[in-house]
Amino acid sequence: MIALIWNIALMLIWVALTGSFTAPNLLLGFVLGYLILGLALRDTPEFAKYVGKVPKFIGFIGFFFWELLLSNLKVAYDVLTPTHHMCPGVIAMPLDAKTDGEITIVANLISLTPGTLSLDVSSDRKVLYLHVMYLVDRDAVIRSIKALEARVLEVLR
Amino acid sequence: MIIEWLTGFTIVVGSGFMLVAALGVLRMPDLLTRMHATTKAGVLGAGLIMIGVALHFASGPVLAKAVAIIAFLILTAPVAAHVIGRAGYFMGLSLWDKTTVDELKGRYDEATHTLTSPPDTDTPPDGQGRA
Repeated sequence: MIALIWNIALMLIWVALTGSFTAPNLLLGFVLGYLILGLALRDTPEFAKYVGKVPKFIGFIGFFFWELLLSNLKVAYDVLTPTHHMCPGVIAMPLDAKTDGEITIVANLISLTPGTLSLDVSSDRKVLYLHVMYLVDRDAVIRSIKALEARVLEVLR
Repeated sequence: MIIEWLTGFTIVVGSGFMLVAALGVLRMPDLLTRMHATTKAGVLGAGLIMIGVALHFASGPVLAKAVAIIAFLILTAPVAAHVIGRAGYFMGLSLWDKTTVDELKGRYDEATHTLTSPPDTDTPPDGQGRA
């Protein structure tokens, strides 16, 4: 977190020195700040972790939009063709996310990815109840959601 | 020229997804499956239209607004779907008759507003006593 603030500070310094407050210049400042932090502070654990996180975050955004597109095509196919291919069900998924913030983000992203909708979290925060649209193989569904959760937690922690 | 084509493509495809979302509300058999259709297609449809708008105007302020709108859509749409789906479920709306399993059934205590987890859940060693 502190590393991100430093990166933004360096970006703002770059923008102030070059004197043009535009989107491409902000982006350039951010990239330069990132490279400087990665080179100068690679021995500090806090910053080294941050340097590893940024590419993971960008990769996650790409992965997420791809999943969003796939889920939409699947639902669209079911809406537009006359027969329903669904076999919906409500399942309980054990949660690895611990804090409120983590659970919120994981539940939100699960709602946006293929065929799953978060319904509720149990009061002891151990499981998340999900509505799944294509519940053919329960274990396979849980495994794919756990993979998504692991990727989210990797970026957050 | 290419920008024009891209703008047209994103806006047409985005509107298509919005249409699918609307049709989904009509075609899906129960509340929860309807929420699936509207949440995902709504976010993607509106997001694509905003990308088209940003490409067409190609200016900083419009781009910033488009990014903010997409970010807030992604943040708020699943929350709305969760609240509507949850409320509908606990109000006792019946699920579609082809629903295979329902592990949530009977786990919610209306008097104390607590939701218990299934007894066979693997308890993580550090997950004790969080309530």
